[in-house]
Amino acid sequence: MDNGLHRSSNEAVVVENLHKQFGDLEVLRGVSLRAHEGDVLSIIGSSGSGKSTLLRCINLLELPTSGEIKVAGEAILFNKTKKGLVPTDIKQVERLRTKLGMVFQSFNLWSHMTVLQNVMEVPIHVLKLPKAEAREQAEHFLNRVGLWEKRDQFPAFLSGGQQQRAAIARALAIGPRVMLFDEPTSALDPELVGEVLKVIKDLANEGRTMILVTHEMKFARDVSNQVIFLHNGLVEESGTSQQVFYETQSERCKAFVSSIH
Amino acid sequence: MPPNTYHNMSDLFANWQLLSFSDGGWGWRMLGGFWSTIQIAVGAYVLGLTIGLFGALGKLHGSTITRWLLEIYTTLIRAVPELVLILLLYYAGTGAINSLLDAMGHPPIDISGLVAGIAVLGIVQGAYATEVIRGAIRAVPRGQIEAAQAFGMSSITTLRRVTIPAMIPHAIPGLANLWLIVAKDTALLAVVGFSELALVTRQAAGVTHAYWVFFLAAGALYLSLTLFSNLLFKRLEKHARRGQPELS
Ligand SMILES: Nc1ncnc2c1ncn2[C@@H]1O[C@H](COP(=O)(O)OP(=O)(O)OP(=O)(O)O)[C@@H](O)[C@H]1O
Ligand SMILES: [Mg+2]
Repeated sequence: MDNGLHRSSNEAVVVENLHKQFGDLEVLRGVSLRAHEGDVLSIIGSSGSGKSTLLRCINLLELPTSGEIKVAGEAILFNKTKKGLVPTDIKQVERLRTKLGMVFQSFNLWSHMTVLQNVMEVPIHVLKLPKAEAREQAEHFLNRVGLWEKRDQFPAFLSGGQQQRAAIARALAIGPRVMLFDEPTSALDPELVGEVLKVIKDLANEGRTMILVTHEMKFARDVSNQVIFLHNGLVEESGTSQQVFYETQSERCKAFVSSIH
Repeated sequence: MPPNTYHNMSDLFANWQLLSFSDGGWGWRMLGGFWSTIQIAVGAYVLGLTIGLFGALGKLHGSTITRWLLEIYTTLIRAVPELVLILLLYYAGTGAINSLLDAMGHPPIDISGLVAGIAVLGIVQGAYATEVIRGAIRAVPRGQIEAAQAFGMSSITTLRRVTIPAMIPHAIPGLANLWLIVAKDTALLAVVGFSELALVTRQAAGVTHAYWVFFLAAGALYLSLTLFSNLLFKRLEKHARRGQPELS
């Protein structure tokens, strides 16, 4: 049901007390976050602090051990088992995933499809859009990320920056409520980082809801209205960009963000 | 070339008309055998690919019991010589089907050599294809499958749209090999009396004593099949790899 009646205001993604364990290793130890429509929420923290795991729990690429997740106001239904949470209704998960446009660190474009086919794939085969409409829309988004000329190329023939922009177009084409970025620039050569950040920044400026894991501190500071600093699977500091970067409470976070001052 | 010094060779030249398509010539029978060979090979190959795809998926995603059963299947089939397997599967298989029919009160049936041949070679092929396809699926970058899931594709759609097309370039060299093997393994069906090319050839040679003529002709037919399919697989592989830059 998507009639909007049972939706609590304008919460795009809510995570409540999330725990995630890999065997004996507890990677997330009770994390909560809340992104409203139009928010740009950055997750920062040192390597291994659990940022990717947190992001991947939101669209259930990782299954949390316990906790709650709401996407577009709808709580994901889980059965509790000895091993952790298991989704009750895989159809619900698949439906909610189409509201989350994921962009991966390593692009993960489908290598047997052209750029255009990559962008049309989910609209046609998951959202069941007519082919002509999917194509028109795909070309629109490829144009937006500056890749219209490359639409008939295969991903392996593009630069990393171009591949990542294609991946962003692919995520946009599903019409997501929220974009999820997992270190979108850290696999790129330094000279290619800028073109990708520019695309992301444009999306932020047009009011897209985004959750962004990044090591680009300056970018996080400039583009986000909310920042979360993760340490050892816990939120050590959170608040507005101003609060986290300039009115920092925690010593650890202070040391971590000091690189940009 | 002095004809008398090469007695067999002169036979060869003298007896070409044995291959003619007119009365008394073996042409049609040879071609008929060749056609049977192709039918069995194609049938067994398709059956083998089907078994291989499900076998690979079962090995990768199946329950513990499924995986064990598949492991036993692939290990046994690949360990035992093909000739033994063919005798075993053919006689045990037809025997089993008929005793089953008997138990249900039906008269025994004469199982067609074509169907039996396809089944037997297909089961053998399936074991090898399972391993080829399993390896090919594992070579698909994990991230591409994750991306499909992350965008809400169901597991069936993921399989159909991403996993299978992405594994094909990795599988083609191995699968092309399996095709060449099955095309030649059809000759083993001669032992159970199925009249494919090898058996027809032996009969013709036995009757006419023109061994050279018939074995060379059979060799040429097998060779043409192989060369033609090589060409086809090369094109297929090129098409499947069009998304990947050439290694140079
Ligand atoms: N599938 C997995 N199995 C076991 N351990 C894992 C798995 N995925 C992640 N981990 C562990 O969980 C911890 C957190 O990993 P995660 O990838 O979330 O960190 P991160 O904050 O994204 O780090 P980075 O900045 O290096 O990307 C790490 O110690 C990692 O080794
Ligand atoms: Mg990470």
